[in-house]
Parts: sequence; structure tokens; C-alpha cells
Amino acid sequence: MTMLDPITLAVIQAGLQQVCDEMDLSFSRAAFSPVIAEADDRSDGIYSAEDGSLIAQGSRGLPVFVGTMQFSTRHIIERIASGVTKAPAPGDIYIVNDPYLGGTHLMDVRFAMPFYRSGEIFCWLSNTGHWPDTGGAVPGGFSASAISAEQEGLRLPPVKLFKAGVMDEELWQVICSNIRVSEQRIGDVKAQASALLVGAARLSSILDRYGDATVIAAIAEMRGLAARQMTANLRLIAEGQYKATAIVDSDGVVNEPLTIALTVTRAAGRLTFDFAGSSPPCMGPMNSVRATTFSAVYLAMRHIFPDVPMSAGAFEPFTITGIEGTFLDAHYPRPVSGCAAEVSQRIAEAVFAALVVALPDRVTAAPAGTSGNFGLGGHDPEKGRDYVMYQISGGGYGGNADHDGLANGCSTIGISKAPPVEIMEQNFPVLYRRYALHEGSGGAGMHRGGFGLDYEIELLRGQARASFVMDHGRVGPQGALGGQDGAVNCVEVIRDGQILVPDHLSKAQDIPLSPGDRVRVRTPGGGGYGDSALRDRALVAEDVRLGRYSAADAARLFPEPKPLA
Amino acid sequence: MWGYEVKADRMTGLVAGVDVGGTFTDLVIFDPESGAVRLAKVPTTLENQAFGVLAALDQAGADLAHVDLIVHGTTTTTNAVLERKLARTGLITTEGFRDVLELGRRTRPQPYGMTGRFTPVIPRDLRLEVPERMDARGRVLTALDEAAVARAVSALRDAGCESLVIHFLHSYANPAHELRAAEIAASLWPNRYITCGHALLSESREYERGVTAAVNAAVQPLLERYVGRLADELKAKGYARDLLVMNGNGGMVSSRAVAREAVKTVMSGPASGVMAAVYTGRRAGINNLITYDMGGTSTDVAMIRAGRAPVSNEIEVEYAMPIHVPMVDVRTVGAGGGSIARVDQGGMLRVGPESAGSNPGPICYGRGGLRPTISDANILLGRLSPERFGHALDQVRAAYADQIGAPLGLGAERAAEAVLTLGNIHMAGAIRMVSISVGADPRDFALFAFGGAGPLHACALARELSIPRVLIPARPGITNALGCVVADLRHDFVRTLNRPLDGADMDAVAAIFAGQETEGRRLIADEGIVVTDVRAEYSVDMQFIGQTHLLRVPLPDGRPTRDALQQAFERAYFERFKVELATIRPALVNLNLSVIGRRPEIDLTRLIDPAGRRGAVTDAQTGVRQVWFGGWVDTPVYWRDHLPGDARLVGPAIIEQMDTTIVIEPGDRMETDGEGNLIVTVGG
Repeated sequence: MTMLDPITLAVIQAGLQQVCDEMDLSFSRAAFSPVIAEADDRSDGIYSAEDGSLIAQGSRGLPVFVGTMQFSTRHIIERIASGVTKAPAPGDIYIVNDPYLGGTHLMDVRFAMPFYRSGEIFCWLSNTGHWPDTGGAVPGGFSASAISAEQEGLRLPPVKLFKAGVMDEELWQVICSNIRVSEQRIGDVKAQASALLVGAARLSSILDRYGDATVIAAIAEMRGLAARQMTANLRLIAEGQYKATAIVDSDGVVNEPLTIALTVTRAAGRLTFDFAGSSPPCMGPMNSVRATTFSAVYLAMRHIFPDVPMSAGAFEPFTITGIEGTFLDAHYPRPVSGCAAEVSQRIAEAVFAALVVALPDRVTAAPAGTSGNFGLGGHDPEKGRDYVMYQISGGGYGGNADHDGLANGCSTIGISKAPPVEIMEQNFPVLYRRYALHEGSGGAGMHRGGFGLDYEIELLRGQARASFVMDHGRVGPQGALGGQDGAVNCVEVIRDGQILVPDHLSKAQDIPLSPGDRVRVRTPGGGGYGDSALRDRALVAEDVRLGRYSAADAARLFPEPKPLA
Repeated sequence: MWGYEVKADRMTGLVAGVDVGGTFTDLVIFDPESGAVRLAKVPTTLENQAFGVLAALDQAGADLAHVDLIVHGTTTTTNAVLERKLARTGLITTEGFRDVLELGRRTRPQPYGMTGRFTPVIPRDLRLEVPERMDARGRVLTALDEAAVARAVSALRDAGCESLVIHFLHSYANPAHELRAAEIAASLWPNRYITCGHALLSESREYERGVTAAVNAAVQPLLERYVGRLADELKAKGYARDLLVMNGNGGMVSSRAVAREAVKTVMSGPASGVMAAVYTGRRAGINNLITYDMGGTSTDVAMIRAGRAPVSNEIEVEYAMPIHVPMVDVRTVGAGGGSIARVDQGGMLRVGPESAGSNPGPICYGRGGLRPTISDANILLGRLSPERFGHALDQVRAAYADQIGAPLGLGAERAAEAVLTLGNIHMAGAIRMVSISVGADPRDFALFAFGGAGPLHACALARELSIPRVLIPARPGITNALGCVVADLRHDFVRTLNRPLDGADMDAVAAIFAGQETEGRRLIADEGIVVTDVRAEYSVDMQFIGQTHLLRVPLPDGRPTRDALQQAFERAYFERFKVELATIRPALVNLNLSVIGRRPEIDLTRLIDPAGRRGAVTDAQTGVRQVWFGGWVDTPVYWRDHLPGDARLVGPAIIEQMDTTIVIEPGDRMETDGEGNLIVTVGG
């Protein structure tokens, strides 16, 4: 092995990071679908040729994808070795979206390209993009009532979409025949593939400059350094056990809560995440798959220690166990559409809730932690066409050691902007009656939670059906260190003057709406941090003056501290 | 010298540009008759920037009675926004939507870390709602409640608001309600500080339009008071002409009119630097430039193509603070001289993103800084003169040896070299990201290095980016002030169409462009400033139907045919994204027009006094010092102002001047270009 000087090491690390960042940017810039182009629901990375482990990942990828592609890449490598998947050649690109082969949900479509040097596979370049549709029972793929994977969409095992640099038109026709608005997808496919080519060109120039042997040595060293850095961070956590639970409202089919039971153990320089005791696999789509469960833990830890470079080494000091037989490790044909958007955020919440005690300066009380997916599908008679509308929305962040939680922050797993009301009204036959702060929603605490969103949408024309995949309807985001929970998520359908609340609170499928009917959604507030009696009285008064809490609520939630005896 | 004919009475006087930066206020004065140039640099006076401006004019010994034109770049509005030291401002908006300005568009400041803070420009108790509603096509759904408007206006006035924003949903489609509400407000409001949402930006997206309007209103009184006071002071000292102020679009505007669209002055400082680069590049015959302005805490980068300043309608001045009016597209890409180096817990060298800022600043400032920075590395390695800048060389060496060298097993110098190398890699990466985002390849550009620290790193950075040439202007440290003098008069227009190209009425397009051009030419004529020519630059923003991001397509004139637009768009799309999407139809989203009045040429060769130039390069040498280029190398040091007009040399060399230090790396070839610039051919 080549001896590496620390300068070359740092320079190669920056170079490999740059390769991934450029892939991320190229993908978003060229992508057709707003989900990728505007919401950045994609990620790019470099993976080892031996076992698919993560070498480097773009810093602008959607957080939910931290570490996920190392699982799908490993599956591809194993399937090629065993002959199940056809062997690669230069210029090939595999496509795969099978959740059970190291994926998330079906809409997250991965491309994986072997990168060759001197006739050998040097590493894999892979990326994931969230396609707006991959077929299935409902447009967009988020069916709250699906009970099997087939209802969720087209499932692709790893197959070559590009062979020697040329797209397989026959396979493409099969895909197009199974997804909605297929004519626009070619724009995303070309962007996704060309991002990998951008990465390959940049990676080649780094290898040419520093030499293959040096880069190989640097990759090994980077992995060790990341592991050492994470291990050093873990020393901030006192040895012992930390327990927490998080509750998913229901699976969308059976109206019972699902429990994530987590015991974090800090011992022998490692951190073990034990999920034993969590609920068994569920009938509806709130199952998670192994890769998503692992990534949810990784992304929570990255929120806590954002400095550690994204490399397989960063995850080495972690052991994740106890998921077998629970809904966090579902197998075919369990439906999984809720895993990436909702269950992953509950897993992260459990990690935060467990570790805030050990790391009170670094971890916040629970954030709203739902993507707030509201889908509306129908026919617009004025435009003479069918439509599918999605409203995603934010919620309050948890209070923290330093300050109150942010209002209307994006989901734990996302970094996307919400669409403007004006754009929604241009495109769909709806009228927003309100887009406001969810008053009173921030969990009380020394530093209170941030406020959620309160919006109301009226259907203007034609018949439509409303669907919801949200969470935190049963219990609000958890307060920490004596702080109180944030307000729960509330969905109301106002039809013929009657207020209907979905049975599953945060999840429902195909509720019929007529013109004049309204949907009101109030998203969760963040959890409070610390005892609310310790809150600065001037800040309590300020929140009342600004109408964020009613005077009565404030008096109840933020009691005057008792005078010392 | 000026090369054109104008009325003599307008052109005998001096032309002054004065730029207020974070630390220094810079002044440059040109005398068109004699060709003489005067420069001044004084500390910025933060409380009232006018004191610094006057001090600079004083230092330059300018007789204001003989000054014909003063163009002023100010950070008054920038600082007000960033520090939220704003005029008390009220909002009247559509019922149900007063929180839009606080909710933003659901983001957090950074991808990782579930924290963040945001202070809205207008607090919640000063955001009032009135019944009214338009739909997306501009049809009235709920009539404007005029009595409610009057009540809200009075309430905000009585609450002590000085400025007022009227911001209704879909006003871009039909501004009638905003106009009527403004009329009602005008009769009740004690001043002219009323901003309508549609007036600055007639484009959909309620948050971006609302923030733009709110910032405009909230800085309007501050800017008007400031320029008014400064104009009075200048008048008292004999200045008889109109004071002009730099706008963020790279144009200048009369101080009498600037406050109406005050938001356009946010980002005016970086814009003037880019305008100076455009001008200098054009004179030097180099029209593709990446500007590289490295300061103490951050670095600004812009990409100039075909001699045009890049303009964007979508600048975000900080987290969740979008200002959507046309502004020069300058990107802040992070590190500056104060970026801190460290070895992390895993044993990896890191540079930034932490910065020592200006207080305490780098160790070499001698203000108590203890952690090694990029500036300290430059001192330690002899790139910056230890005599001129090094107050604490031993301390710097010790910090590098202990904090960086020891954990990496390196000596202090090797450690400092590593920090510069890594800092350059990060900077190069950031510049590559900017170029990718606009679809350009850095190798097709020259690097225009300015700011105090830009020329220190430019040659090494260019090598990292495979940029073949570096242009270092005569006075890198006063580039922004120069930009004020050489900027154009400029008016920008945007009209949203948002139609499929198939169905667009091309006669209407031509009529819109023609109307805008007439208006722009009228505005320039009204300003009464001498221009040599007025030209119009046309472009459209297009996209494939179903997409959200826009692509700007320049047009040769204002009468495009549908076929020409289709072809120009497809070509531009392929150039940018290397993707052909023949089966998908495009949409015509925005029509953009800039009417630009070009001001008389200014001779830059006198920025360095020709009388001071020596006959030979060796005569300009002030000494030799040891500089670290992978090892200590005896390196000649020159004084820039003494270099002959046709100087050539091969690196390594250090060139010092009052306002910066230039490092010519070993093997790089430097020559002067007859315009007073240094042109370095990298690795030549």
C-alpha cells in the first residue's frame, strides 16, 4: 500500500466529495420533474467495488438517502456474483427500485453504473431520484390503504437500462407502459444517467492526477478517519442505556398505533440501537425495509454530528439490532410506501428522544417529523383535464438548548421547499382560504417548540378525491428534558357543512369532495425543551402579544415559577 | 482621451466613484481633461457612512465645485437587512395570509442539524388582513373591503409604522385591488413610503414577492434619509450636480429616485465589483471572466460571459430572504482569509467553514486570535510581507506547528502549505459548482482577481481549475469604487406571460418589448446623465412544459418568431444540460428587457501614475525574500507602481502595492497589457 501524506489525503477527500456534489447538482439542474429539479429529492454517491460500502456521497442529497445506496449496490454486486443479475460491461447502467433489495419505496428509482479502470471495476457510481409516479393503485404511489407491494407500483429488480452506453428501448417501453405521465420521464432518465457520466469524468481526472494506487489508499484511510471521528464524538455520550419510544398513528389499514421501541446502549466505544419490542409488520403501507431503517438511524446521527464525512466509516461504530420480525424490517409483499416519508422520521424521533438526555446541548426536542402529504385527484372541467395535486407542508421544530424551535421547518428527512399557494391555484381548481401559523401548537418549554402550519383548501370545480399520508395525529412531537409535547396533526374535511375527521386521524384514502367542500390541515408543533416555568417571562408575554398563544393558554402552559421558600 | 464629442460644460469636471465597504471606504476620481487619477482609502464609518465618504473626498483633496459626477455604492440597505435594523413597517394583506412572510417556504438553514432561527421583516402584530381575493387568472372572487383597508392603514399608522406594504394574492395577474388600497392608504399615510407587491415584481410566488416588497418598504426611509443627508453635505461643500447611487443590477440611479425602489440597492457593493470587471475586461479584450473577490470572511464569485454581467432575478441575500428583482448574480462561496484551519478528531485536516472574522481575526492581526487561519499561512510562508503584516510571526509559527503540524507529523511550514492547498481545493470546488449551475466550463474563462486577498491566491487557484489566464487589475483593492464610475445607466423590465410557445401571440410579444424599450429610453433621457449610446438587451425565460426551472435565452432583437424561439431554446437547453427533449413542448414564461445607457469611456492606464514607472523590471525590485513554494525559495519582490509599462517576468515573484499583494507562482508568466493590468499565463 502506498504511504499517504496527510495533504494528499485531505485533497483526495475533497476531490471525491466534489465528484458527488457535482453529480447532485447536474442531476437537479437537468431533471425534468419538479420533485427532483426543485425539491432535490435525489442523491448521488460513490460505492466500493467489493461490497458496495459508501465511499463518498453528495452533500446536497436529500437526507433520507444517507447511506441507503450502499445497500442496493451491495445487492447488485451479490446478485451479479451469484449469476441472478447479468454481469456488467463498460457503459452499462442498472436500474432498480425494489424496496426489498436495499431500497426505500418504489418511487425512489436508483441507477447504478460500474466505473472501470484498466478493464476492472474500480467502484460503482449510483444515484437515486424520486420519480413522480411508478404505477400502482394511486397516482404518485402513496396509497394509504395498500396491502401489498403490487398495489404500490411497478417493481424493478436490477436490470440494465443502458447497455454499453445505449438505452434499451424495449425495456423502456415496458416501464413507460406501467407508469403515469410517462412521456415526461425521459427527461429525468437522461438527467439521472448523465449525472453518473459527469461523476465518471470527474473521478477519472482525479485518478489520472493522483494515481489509482494513491486514491485507493486514500479511500481506505478516509474510512478509518471517519470511523475515528464518529468514535470520538460518541465519547460525549456517557456510558449507559437510553430508552425511548415513538408512535406511528396507524398503518392506514388497521387503526392501531405502531410502536418503535428503542434502547440505545453506549458501551465499549460503540453505540447500539436495539429496536426489539417494536410492533410486528403491519398490513398497511407503514412498513419499513431494512435499508431505510438503517438510513433513518444514520440520518438522525448525522443531524446530531453533521461534521463527520459521509463514508461507511462514519457508521462503523454503530450496531443496529432487534429489527427482525418488526415492521422496521418488512419483507415482500408487505406494502412500504410510507417508509421513507413517515416511518423514517419516527425512527429519527426515537433516536433524538433517547439521546437528548445524553447530549442536551446537541439534540433538540422532537420536530414535527411528518412530510404532511395531502393528495387531491380529480377532473377540472374548466381545463378539461384530470389532475393530481400534492401539498406537502412543514411543521414546528423542537426547542433546543439555545433557542426556540423554528416555525414551519421542513421534514427531518427532507430539504425541500413547499410550493407557493399562487402556483398551486394556477395549476389546480382549488382556493386556499388560509395559510397561517398553527397558533398554540408549539410545545411549552424553557425554549418552546416552533409552530406548525394551519391551511384550508376549498375545491372550486369538478369532483375530486382527497388522500392523506401524515403522522403525529395521536400524540404530538415529544418534548424533552421537562418540555411538553407539540400539538398533534389535525385533518378536517368540511363537507356539506359537516366536519369529518378521518378514522385514522392522519391517514385516509379517496375521500370524495364536491365543489365548495374544504380540507383543513393543521400540522404539528415542535416539542418543548426544558421546564416551561423557566421560560423568560418577557418571551411568554411577547408570544401572547403576537397572538401565537392565547393569554389563557399561555397562563396554563407557562406557569409562573414558584417563589423559593 | 475621451474619444467622443459632448457638450463641453458637462465634461470638464471630475468624475468620482465612492464605495463603502465593511472595513474601508474607497474613492477614485478621474480628471477627464488631464487624465489624472486620485485615490483615497479611509475607514468606513458604520454609524453614518456619509462621514467616511466625506473623509475620503477630503483625503483626495477634491474640490467638489469641479466634480461633475459622484456615483456612490453604499451598504446602508444591505446592513439594515442583515442586522434587521429596519424602519417600522406594516403589512396589509389578503385575509388568511398574514403569516406568509413568517412561514416562508418550509426549509431549514442547513441540510443537517434540526435547528434554525428566522426573524420576519415585519412582525406579526404589524401584519393586518383585509377581505379581498383574486383568483389565479385575476378575476375578483371577493371585492376589496375599502373600509377595512382604511381601518388597517390607520391602525398601522397609529402603531408608529413609517412604511407600508400592500401585498395581495395574485396581484401579478390583476393589480386592481392593490392599486385601490394604495390610493386609500395614500390619503391617510403621512409620507410616500407605500410599496405595492406587484410594483417591483409582477411575478407569481407570494412569499418571494412579499419579501421583496417588505424589504423595499423597510429600507426605503433609511436609504432616503441617508442619501438625502449625504447629498446635502456634498452640496454644502460645493457639489452642484445630482448624486447617483449604485443599484444591485449594475446600473446607477439618481439619488432623488433611488428610494422608490430601494430594495434594488441591496447587493449593490458586489454588483459594482462585477461592473468594474466587465469594463476592465472589455478594455483588455477579455470578455469571459470569473470574478474572484476574496475578503476576510467570505469570497464572492461571478461569471461574466461575452462581456455581460450575469443578472439573476432570484437572489437570496441570506437564509429565507429572497430578493426577486434583477440583480447582478454574485455568489458568496464561503472561505476568506479568516477561515480557520484545524485537525479534526479523526485526524483529518480541515479548513473552514469556521472563520475568525475580523475580530479577533487571524493571529497575525495581533488582536488576540489564537487559531491558525489562511491569512496566517500566507504570513508564515512569506507570501505576505512579514514586515508589513506580521505582528506576531512567532505566535503564528507556533500555532501552525502545534495545532496543525504536530497532529499531522509536519513542520509548521508544511502545515501552512497544506492549509493553503486545501483552502484552494475548496475554493476551486465552489467555483466549479457555480460554473456548473450556469452551464459553463471554468477553463473557458480568465480569472479576474481583486479584493485584498484575491491576488494572493489567484494563480494557484487558476492552476487548480485549469484556468489558463489570470487578470489582475491596476487597483484590486478599489475595484468596487471603480465599478461605480464605469457602470452603465440601466433599467430592467420583466413581464410574465407563462404560455405554451405554440399558443403565444408573437405580435403581442413584439409590442410588449417595444413598449418597454420606449419606457426605458425615456427613463434614461430623464436622468440627464451623459451617455454615448443606449442599447436594449432582449431575452426570454423558457422551460419545457411540466418543468419548474427556467432557462434564459438571449435574443438578437425584440421581434422573435415562434420558430426562432423554439430553435434558440432547444440550442440553449442542449448547451446547458446536454440533453435533447425533442418530444416535449416549451413554454414562454418571461420577457426580459434591459435598456442600457453606456457612459463615456474612462482611461484606466492612469490608475497607476505613469510618472512613477521605472525603465526596467529590475528597477522596480525592492528586495528578495524567502517564500515557501514546496520549500524556501529566494523570491524577488517588486513594487507594482514601479513596474515598467511593458514589464514581463516569470514566477516565482511577489508584487506588492498599496492595496494588495500578488503572488506569481513558480513557472507562471506575467506581463502587463498596456491597460495597466497584469496578465498571468498559468503554468506557461
